[in-house]
Amino acid sequence: MVDKSQQWKAWIYLAPAIVLMLVFTVWPIFNTIMMAFKEGYNPMYELNPEFDGWTFGLQNFIDLFAHASAFTNALVNTLLLCVLTVPISTMLALLIAVALHSIKPLQKLLQTIFFLPYVTNSIAIGMVFSVMFNIVGDVGSPDANYGVINQIFGTMINWMNLGSTKVANYAVMVIYIVWNALPFKILVLLGGLQGVNKQYYDAAKVDGTSKTRVFWRITVPLVSPMIVYVLITGFIGGFKEYSSIVGIFGEDMGATGQQAHENMNTMVGVIYDALPSGQYGKASAAALVLFVIILIVTLINLKISKKSTHY
Amino acid sequence: MEEKKIDQQVAPQVVEDIDSTIALGTTSLVDKTMDESAVMSERKIEKVKQRQRVAKIVGKIGVYVFLIAMALIVLFPFYWMIISSLKTKDEYYLTQPTFWPTQGLDFANYAQAFKVGNLGVTFANTVYVGIVSTALSLVITVLSAFALARLEFKGKNLLFAGMLATMMIPGELFTITNYKTVVDLGWTNTFTVLIVPFLVSVFYIYLLRQNFMQIPDELYYAAKVDGTSDLKYLWKVMIPIAMPSLISITILKMMGAWNSYVWPRLVASDDVHALITYKLRTTQWDTDPMYVDYPVQMAAVTLVSIPLFMVFIFLRKYIMKGVARSGIKG
Repeated sequence: MVDKSQQWKAWIYLAPAIVLMLVFTVWPIFNTIMMAFKEGYNPMYELNPEFDGWTFGLQNFIDLFAHASAFTNALVNTLLLCVLTVPISTMLALLIAVALHSIKPLQKLLQTIFFLPYVTNSIAIGMVFSVMFNIVGDVGSPDANYGVINQIFGTMINWMNLGSTKVANYAVMVIYIVWNALPFKILVLLGGLQGVNKQYYDAAKVDGTSKTRVFWRITVPLVSPMIVYVLITGFIGGFKEYSSIVGIFGEDMGATGQQAHENMNTMVGVIYDALPSGQYGKASAAALVLFVIILIVTLINLKISKKSTHY
Repeated sequence: MEEKKIDQQVAPQVVEDIDSTIALGTTSLVDKTMDESAVMSERKIEKVKQRQRVAKIVGKIGVYVFLIAMALIVLFPFYWMIISSLKTKDEYYLTQPTFWPTQGLDFANYAQAFKVGNLGVTFANTVYVGIVSTALSLVITVLSAFALARLEFKGKNLLFAGMLATMMIPGELFTITNYKTVVDLGWTNTFTVLIVPFLVSVFYIYLLRQNFMQIPDELYYAAKVDGTSDLKYLWKVMIPIAMPSLISITILKMMGAWNSYVWPRLVASDDVHALITYKLRTTQWDTDPMYVDYPVQMAAVTLVSIPLFMVFIFLRKYIMKGVARSGIKG
């Protein structure tokens, strides 16, 4: 059915999308890769008469990994947050999904409640979590307001204020990120469970298989494609963690008094922070490192999943 | 496959015993022979059955306790947000946080938040950017999806594959060059800069193309025979059929404008063009710059969250559909 009129008509319909993509998608791919390898390139220097141009090289990447740099700190933060939050949230989401799937009364109501955090603003709710952990008043003084979390558990932990430990900062972030990640994972996993053929469970019942065994031998293998899916999207989302940190800690990306090489900033945060000052080379190099990490993790995930996915 | 495996593992068993093992949730397999179970007295069976029922009820209660506890944890931040927004400043600063405002509800916090954060202008900005970018984005998406689903042209598959391939690349990689582009173009602190760079979404084109492909070819040929133009066919037949997808896209796009923080912060951070989420995080919410007025801050957070709750209540169905297929965070 290829006729001449369809040829040019199709290109006209596609023209707006193609033009915009050339400017804002295709050109950036080439340009960002190029800028990552330009040494000493800074558009601000171009105004400087002593500016002596740039050369191709790996200096931007070397600078990223310099001793105690903001980037290495951010890399460690991002990796740690990923490794901590993705397994916890996936396991918890699976438990909740299985529990939801096994009940009849209240199922719809509970399902709605568990989906609620999805339709929220991660910065706004981050600020709520921040308020829940924040100490108002002098840290260490018994007259200060230690926040509702400390109140509930009867503790006086300095979670995120001046002088707080990195472990406490991480705890706050992990709690918030897991809370935020649950709804999407529950939705996908519950969808997977509802699609499982009931006959498998009936067969197991006749054979007298225990519940734990049914869970590991039937439920997990049959929803394994969904588990792999939430793991991959979880890791990709985890490597791009940014606005949750802004929500909790504000634009300083860490507790008061923390330096750039010791705060809670993430890779994406380092990239964005470099832009207003025109450090495009550094930002581009960081973005390429992020891209490669995401690519490797996704490939590993797919490789493992091919082996363990049961159909 | 699975069924067979299970069969072999637990085949030599007696029905009653099996029942008890399921209900009690034990992993041990009962090694009773046919003879033994035959002499099992009726009272014994009755006893086992009762134990099963008790175990089943206990199990169900356990499941409900777990789910309700988790649901309370999920809901608590929302409760705390609203409660904090209604406390007086004095009550908020008490050493022991109160779980219910004891000094009366202070609705003045909301008026204060509106004034300090200049929220009227910011709300209007956000809605304007949301509506314009959604409308333009829908036009571009529909036309592209139509061409890719319905029309035949050279290089179609290559073009589509190329578009899909860009989805693998993290957005930050684009943002860096786009930031430079819009700065060079002098677009900073305009509404254009908040709208134009994000008009094309390959994912939405993909989603809609899948929808369009399901419409049988015969309908198109019949319309052609009747002399219907392509655009009329698109408008009268394809768009109504794909309406649920278009609604999902509209909601996600509007929520995108509402929740966007990174890009507005980089390129349009002046008071005239500020969008709501950026404003929310960067405003101090107090007349004294040394302090944060937390009840007012929480009032602002609540104001930003209310429209999202409304979307959640009335349009949940569409979001869940869109989300389940996309895995993108709105």
